[in-house]
Amino acid sequence: MYKKIIIILFTTLALIVNVNAGSDGELLLKKNEPSKVKDCFEKINRGTFAFNQALDGLIFKPVSGVYKKLPSPIKTGVSNSLNNLSNLVTIPNNVLQGDLSLAGINTGRLLINTTIGILGIFDVAQLLGIVEYEKEDYGQSLAKAGVGPGCYIVLPVLGPSTARDTVASLGNFMGGDPWYNITVRNDTQYVNDIDYYTSRVTAGVDFRAKNYDSIENLEKNSLDFYASVKSLYLQDRQQKILNSKKIINTQDDSDWEEIQD
Amino acid sequence: MKKKRFIIVLLVFFLNFNHVFSTEPDVFVQSTVNRASTILGDSISKEKKIEKLKSIASETVDIKGIGYYTLGSYRKTLNDKQKKTYNELFNNYFLISFASRLAEYTNPEIDVFDKEILNENYTIVNSLLKATNERPEIKIDWRVYTKSPENPLIRDLIIEGLSLARTQKEEFSSILNSNDGDINALFQVLKDFSN
Repeated sequence: MYKKIIIILFTTLALIVNVNAGSDGELLLKKNEPSKVKDCFEKINRGTFAFNQALDGLIFKPVSGVYKKLPSPIKTGVSNSLNNLSNLVTIPNNVLQGDLSLAGINTGRLLINTTIGILGIFDVAQLLGIVEYEKEDYGQSLAKAGVGPGCYIVLPVLGPSTARDTVASLGNFMGGDPWYNITVRNDTQYVNDIDYYTSRVTAGVDFRAKNYDSIENLEKNSLDFYASVKSLYLQDRQQKILNSKKIINTQDDSDWEEIQD
Repeated sequence: MKKKRFIIVLLVFFLNFNHVFSTEPDVFVQSTVNRASTILGDSISKEKKIEKLKSIASETVDIKGIGYYTLGSYRKTLNDKQKKTYNELFNNYFLISFASRLAEYTNPEIDVFDKEILNENYTIVNSLLKATNERPEIKIDWRVYTKSPENPLIRDLIIEGLSLARTQKEEFSSILNSNDGDINALFQVLKDFSN
């Protein structure tokens, strides 16, 4: 019996050590290196990408074109309240990543902004000097635990993702997103599924409007728009997983070193 | 004694010569940005703006270096003739693409606020593109090649942590991969773009 317990403990410890080894910055950088992520379903992905582009042209582009013309305080309020809602997923992921102090800070931010900030419309926490907000999700937590991205996937409507991030996002629908739980899973007296889907669509429009010119510019000047979007998405994921915007932390400089004249 | 002093003065002068004529990467980026900003704010036609921006890019960007970086490992497979063709095509493509991207902005305000020396060849200069009513503030970092301190050159623009050179490299790689590594296919795509 004791022998069994020791073996189980030893195996668990070995697994934890392995997971921790996988969390090392350099290993994370290598595992999530954009050029190393395989595009296993490129033909299907390109088809879905074309479908998403058509959908964008029909719905998201015109709607975000109108949205971006709204006065700044309205757009900032919408952005703030969406960020506030995303805290509900960020906090459990701070805990999963072992960042308990950040989980505490984000819980404080959520409480302050939901109450004094009137449902998150005003970012009072930022005015109080609380550290800058960084979103976290279940994909990032899996990556931190050492899980590689797997194949690159383009999802209909939702856009670029990876196998790991797609699987991880299912966590949101299985109890991992309190906002989904109180709107869609358990229809409460105050909020229902329409509120959830409205918030998701608004988040999409808000993102599209913020990047309106950049996306237009990129599309116009790209030789292969699909490849550009893929590269930008994977670079963005890599820096979010590493929680760093510093290029020296997210890019291997040896490629540049070779080019000396 | 006088001769000795004269030699020392000369020696000190020449030792400092390189330093005197070297350009600090952050000053170089700010002055480049200011020049581009002035052109974008001018009341001239978009075509004239593009021509002027192209001329600034030719002086301040290491287009050949970016071109080689963008080719990645394929660079080593090219012969001299192909390299020459590639350099010409990439130069045209880069200038058209770079200038037309910039020409979309009217009077952008960019403030350089910091720099980080990576090694003797590279410095990252940090700047901020100020927010407007239509877009939020954007963080732009510049990879400056400083091998010749008197003539620094821009090799990459990193917007909110996303490298443009790296994106372009993966774009070129995708074109080459889908054409069995045939460099002529890339040449054709570059030609089509420029036309």
